[in-house]
Amino acid sequence: MARIDLDLAHAYRADPKQDSDYALLPLNMTFRDGGAYALLGPSGCGKTTMLNIISGLVTPSQGTVMFDGRDVTRATPQQRNIAQVFQFPVIYDTMTVAQNLAFPLRNRKVPAAQIKERVGRIAEMLDLSGQLDQRAANLAADAKQKISLGRGLVRPDVSAVLFDEPLTVIDPHLKWQLRRKLKQIHQELKLTLVYVTHDQVEALTFAEEVVVMTRGRAVQIGSAEALFERPRHTFVGHFIGSPGMNFLQAESDGRKGLRLGSQDLALPGDGSVPPGAVTVGIRPEYLRLVPVGSAGAVVARVERVQDIGTYLLVAVDIGGQPARLRLGMGQDVPKAGDTVGLQVLGDHTCFYQNEELVA
Amino acid sequence: MRLTLDKVGKSVGAETWLRGIDLELQPDAVTVLLGVTQAGKTSLMRLMAGLDTPTTGRVRVDGKDVTGVPVRERNVSMVYQQFINYPSLKVFDNIASPLKLRGDKDIAGRVKALADRLHIGAFLDRYPAELSGGQQQRVALARALAKGAPLMLLDEPLVNLDYKLREGLREELSQLFAAGESTVVYATTEPAEALLLGGYTAVMEKGEVLQYGPTAEVFHAPASLRVARAFSDPPMNLLAGQASGGVLRLSGGLQLPLPAAMAQAGGALTLGVRAAALRTTARPGDLALPGVVELTEISGSDTYVHISTPAGEMVAQFTGVHHFALGAPLTLYLHPAHVYLFDAGGVLLSAPERISYL
Repeated sequence: MARIDLDLAHAYRADPKQDSDYALLPLNMTFRDGGAYALLGPSGCGKTTMLNIISGLVTPSQGTVMFDGRDVTRATPQQRNIAQVFQFPVIYDTMTVAQNLAFPLRNRKVPAAQIKERVGRIAEMLDLSGQLDQRAANLAADAKQKISLGRGLVRPDVSAVLFDEPLTVIDPHLKWQLRRKLKQIHQELKLTLVYVTHDQVEALTFAEEVVVMTRGRAVQIGSAEALFERPRHTFVGHFIGSPGMNFLQAESDGRKGLRLGSQDLALPGDGSVPPGAVTVGIRPEYLRLVPVGSAGAVVARVERVQDIGTYLLVAVDIGGQPARLRLGMGQDVPKAGDTVGLQVLGDHTCFYQNEELVA
Repeated sequence: MRLTLDKVGKSVGAETWLRGIDLELQPDAVTVLLGVTQAGKTSLMRLMAGLDTPTTGRVRVDGKDVTGVPVRERNVSMVYQQFINYPSLKVFDNIASPLKLRGDKDIAGRVKALADRLHIGAFLDRYPAELSGGQQQRVALARALAKGAPLMLLDEPLVNLDYKLREGLREELSQLFAAGESTVVYATTEPAEALLLGGYTAVMEKGEVLQYGPTAEVFHAPASLRVARAFSDPPMNLLAGQASGGVLRLSGGLQLPLPAAMAQAGGALTLGVRAAALRTTARPGDLALPGVVELTEISGSDTYVHISTPAGEMVAQFTGVHHFALGAPLTLYLHPAHVYLFDAGGVLLSAPERISYL
């Protein structure tokens, strides 16, 4: 296991000049020894490039990769002692499940007794104990992928285990069980794990810390809670949550005053926002209906009310700016066309300038 | 346009793909076909389009029997999972193709308006291969809309897109469908997508249509256990119980008072509890379900907690991000009025009022 420090940038083309020439913009990041991380973002955001740089499949065009303070920028995956699990099962069909799991250990000349012990333990964790003597060839796709996961996790001495969308082939109904296995295994083995996915459930469920990426930039590293409650960048607010955060354009006077459309609001508490144009971010889960005319109520028109089964999704128009809120199914459900009051400012409201969180 | 299926079935060799389907689609609205892979959604759409002929039964359009009339003699547009466009035509000509075939006037204006509506107005001069997947599917959608056919069939059109793209495009599509200009059929495997599209939903399983009605009504009152299982994500919690004397006995010694209307029920029943009906704080009259956390799944807007209780495995859904450590004890609370009851044959006996889960 290792602590991994990245201080680098990567461009697939020579002599990059502008941001869009980089697959990975300059970044400085540390993965804790024994931590569980996810790299999350839409396709083309740079997450796979980052994974390949950690593993040693790609050499960064500038900067360094350090494992426990040792420069491994030009070392191969073998020299770095990295285990990898890919989207699709990579196993030997002619071998038994046990032989497959033992293979990475045997390659490293681990003593037979130790191999037996470790294979037994990993098989038990992944519910493969009953199939150890079966040939891998005849197993279902998800059982094969479990073997791939097991092979990735079997060596106790690896620097890190890297996963690239490992649950793609798993049936949706079985996914949660494997997510649970991976979490349990992380708790027991304390390996450094890095997990690439575009699926927010997988990332937020698996990782202690999620690296949210967009257009070659890591815009926030944080816990699921931090990404939800305090998105550091508007992209995070938008990308995490469904629907994502509402964003409203406003003007700050630099003290307590905020002008939203034609309405003047006062910031609560002792917070303040730098002067100038500001984007107010509030999640649909925190935007509340309040009586029109009550203190701080923003006037809005209801555009649409959708019954989403467990709650209502209400689309509103705030002086030409759209927003959405979640509403319970109790009484006083507004109808399209109604004028309502909204509590926009509160503990959960975030303020952005140039896409970055400022208050 | 009024599309009616009478006792439609489809067999291929010894296999039955569709059986006994009676369905009258709500005209000029969206109908969602909801079911897992292989439930028969695509087979049914192919019959609606005229790409296939049913083995049994009739297909009618506005009362007229069109069974066996091939697709080229019907006025139908289709959009598939894969992004299908004419690779050698620019985006403009892709969208314009159905208009040109018909010899329409003001083609340029129509194409521009549709492209703008689907946010591809800037790419009219490009080839499909030069666009991202999401943009390519927008081109296919624009072409289908340009045709202005009275029947539009969409077979999991968003499944190959990233979830954020899916979210935006789904929202736009549901507004286009709400304009009521054609009868739309939209196949999906995802219950949440059906709810977001609204309209009407036909729940399918193993080649059958189990229930058809306004989407929210089907969700709130699933006629059977099969529908409840198919139309819930996370899955509805289902616990076996024995009813007698106005009480439902669950395994692990747990007891639940039956709703007044069900007080006379006896024998084996299945209790259904939506994940969102479970809470971590007690309210008066609640049943407590002590358990142990198996996993916490976080979607961003919601947290799903899997717990094992004496009554069985359950999933609870909470708004926002919450942490529950693996193996930690957790007691869930449930109000007896917030449950579904199904009889031994899986038929719905009672459904809760539409309650505020938040």
